[in-house]
Amino acid sequence: MTDKDLFARMAQSIIDGNKDDAQALAKEAIDVQMNLNEVIESGYVPGVQKVGQLWEEGEYFLPELITSAECMKAAMAVLKPELQKSQIETPTLGRIVIGTIEGDIHDIGKNLVASMLSANGFEVIDLGADVKIETFLEKADEVDADLICLSALLTTTMLGQKRLIEQLEKRGLADRFVVMVGGAPVNQKWADDIGADGYAENAMTAVRAAKMLVNK
Amino acid sequence: MISAIRPKLELLSQEFIKKIVDESYILLERQGIFVENTQAIELFKEAGMKVDESTHRVFITRQLVEDALSSTPSTFQLFSRNGEKVYTIGNDEVHFDPGSAAVTILDHKTQEQRKAETKDVIDFVRISDLMTNIHLQSTGLISSDVPDIISDSYRLYLALLYSEKPIVTGTFRVEGFKPMKDMLVAVRGSEDALSDKPLAIFDACPSPPLKWSNLTTQSLIDSARAGIPSELISMGMTGATSPVTIAGTLVQHVAENFCGIVICQLANKGAPVVFGGSPSSFDMRKGTTPMGAIETMMIDSAYSQIAKHLGLPSHAYMGLSDAKIIDGQAGLETGIGAVLAALSGINVISGPGMLNFESCQSLEKLVVDNEICGMAYRLIAGITQRDDPIALDLFQNFTAETQFLTMPHTRSWYREEHIFPKVIDRDTYDYWISLGKKSISERASEEVEKLLSDNPPDVVDQAVQEDLHSIMLSDAKNYGLSALPEKGLP
Repeated sequence: MTDKDLFARMAQSIIDGNKDDAQALAKEAIDVQMNLNEVIESGYVPGVQKVGQLWEEGEYFLPELITSAECMKAAMAVLKPELQKSQIETPTLGRIVIGTIEGDIHDIGKNLVASMLSANGFEVIDLGADVKIETFLEKADEVDADLICLSALLTTTMLGQKRLIEQLEKRGLADRFVVMVGGAPVNQKWADDIGADGYAENAMTAVRAAKMLVNK
Repeated sequence: MISAIRPKLELLSQEFIKKIVDESYILLERQGIFVENTQAIELFKEAGMKVDESTHRVFITRQLVEDALSSTPSTFQLFSRNGEKVYTIGNDEVHFDPGSAAVTILDHKTQEQRKAETKDVIDFVRISDLMTNIHLQSTGLISSDVPDIISDSYRLYLALLYSEKPIVTGTFRVEGFKPMKDMLVAVRGSEDALSDKPLAIFDACPSPPLKWSNLTTQSLIDSARAGIPSELISMGMTGATSPVTIAGTLVQHVAENFCGIVICQLANKGAPVVFGGSPSSFDMRKGTTPMGAIETMMIDSAYSQIAKHLGLPSHAYMGLSDAKIIDGQAGLETGIGAVLAALSGINVISGPGMLNFESCQSLEKLVVDNEICGMAYRLIAGITQRDDPIALDLFQNFTAETQFLTMPHTRSWYREEHIFPKVIDRDTYDYWISLGKKSISERASEEVEKLLSDNPPDVVDQAVQEDLHSIMLSDAKNYGLSALPEKGLP
């Protein structure tokens, strides 16, 4: 099989949302000692792009979108240790710390956003739900994050987004991290009011917004 | 005389109900459910249930659920603020209450959704109080001019000040329960009197899938012990936080409700509980939770049928819309929902006034929805035989000139047999033009203004007013507020 065939199958595994295939193909690539960065760029990424296109066309819905994102994550989980072994930097658009803020145990929306960011080339550290403000700050510092993404479903916990930004300012860290907010009660006006750098209303626009923000 | 049959909607066969309920029992017994509240965990342990302490997972036996079901009253009563009017919750009684708890109000003048303030909440409470087909009040709107942390008690405070109707409410924080209970006690005079004549229902929402958080579990325990009925609001989203099939979501829904019922009964055997919910069909394209989706209504109707099968009072979020303004969608979703809910015999139906995925209230919509609820009530009242013979007498001496308009028979029955809307348009086209070609939203807005100016607020007695104010103020002071917004007290 030529590299080109293999790449096409990798892309197809993402498009079909077939995790087993995606991982098996990644292992095959490692076994035959392919250039793994090329495998990602020419194999899997075109699959993610195609899925995005099918979404835009209204052909794919959330189950396909998120399953494909999870497949990409699974393939990357196979490739990453190999890349590290050979001390090749994993290509990443940026490092993101994401979570649902303290007092809020809803995380479906946040999970969708995390999956999409990860599938689209960001390194995502998901802190889960009900996350203390301090934990966000510690983790973001520890991993030297580029972005902090904050989700909230409840109007009461939405205030936590504001408090986190206040803490960043207080500690002189406001310039170090880009902050993006989202969640059902959140809108652009709220984001502007509390001084967040970005806002997204769904997982797809979150990817767009994050790409824009890290390129600023 | 032949009396009316109660028209009924039933979506599940007995066999299907049994299968769903059986799976719910098995789910709780084998997979267990998360309960993140130490008091509840203790109660479960005392009842001999297996508890995984590290994960807060509780395994509930079928026997314990069955015991809890048998000690839960199949009906209970709510009483108006003055204790005189009685509302039975259970059987096939249907009561609408405004959808809760909106964070914005649709501003009629600008047609924008904006944050609500004290005055908006008072207007909302007053309009709800005046709506004859909306039997119960709800703390359906959050006021943004007090700190968010006290928004739970503050909304109840305003509802008690300005409305005679029983209230559907709930806590947003564990500490919110005490001031809220204290206010209810202040109205009734004593804790025993409150327990004898409940004035409010407290909503408590499990977090899907299969989790009862600390806050909501505490609300169940505290309410049960204070004799305040709890309403369980399970809210799986198909294919996101619950199985994608309607039947699959029902299994989870019933299991979450079972756990809530058991907690209430362990806290206080015989405590009134409403089997309720706010599940939704999850839109796989938009990632939203449409309350106006037909599948959402099907889930609601089906679990309420299961609640009836189990002999429990039921509740659902129906008769509301995801539209952003009062448009065709707002009317059709609310209309279909209210009618299906009434046909399903759901006891507490939360919905009127609500737009935009349970996030926005509208005074105009309350007025429109009041008429929709009126139509739903008319429908379930059914068709009754009024005379015997039914009509033969009316045709005696029948001629070509016979008409019915002036017959005494017409006059004696027309108001019984027919209802007359206020804002729904039944004018001729020319007359409608002469009135300024107004939409239903514009007519409803005028009606809101008229209602507010014609009807003085129904304010609670002076002495109770002062008690409520001092309870609310001391709650507010704990969070750094030295005074309540000026318009909070009449």
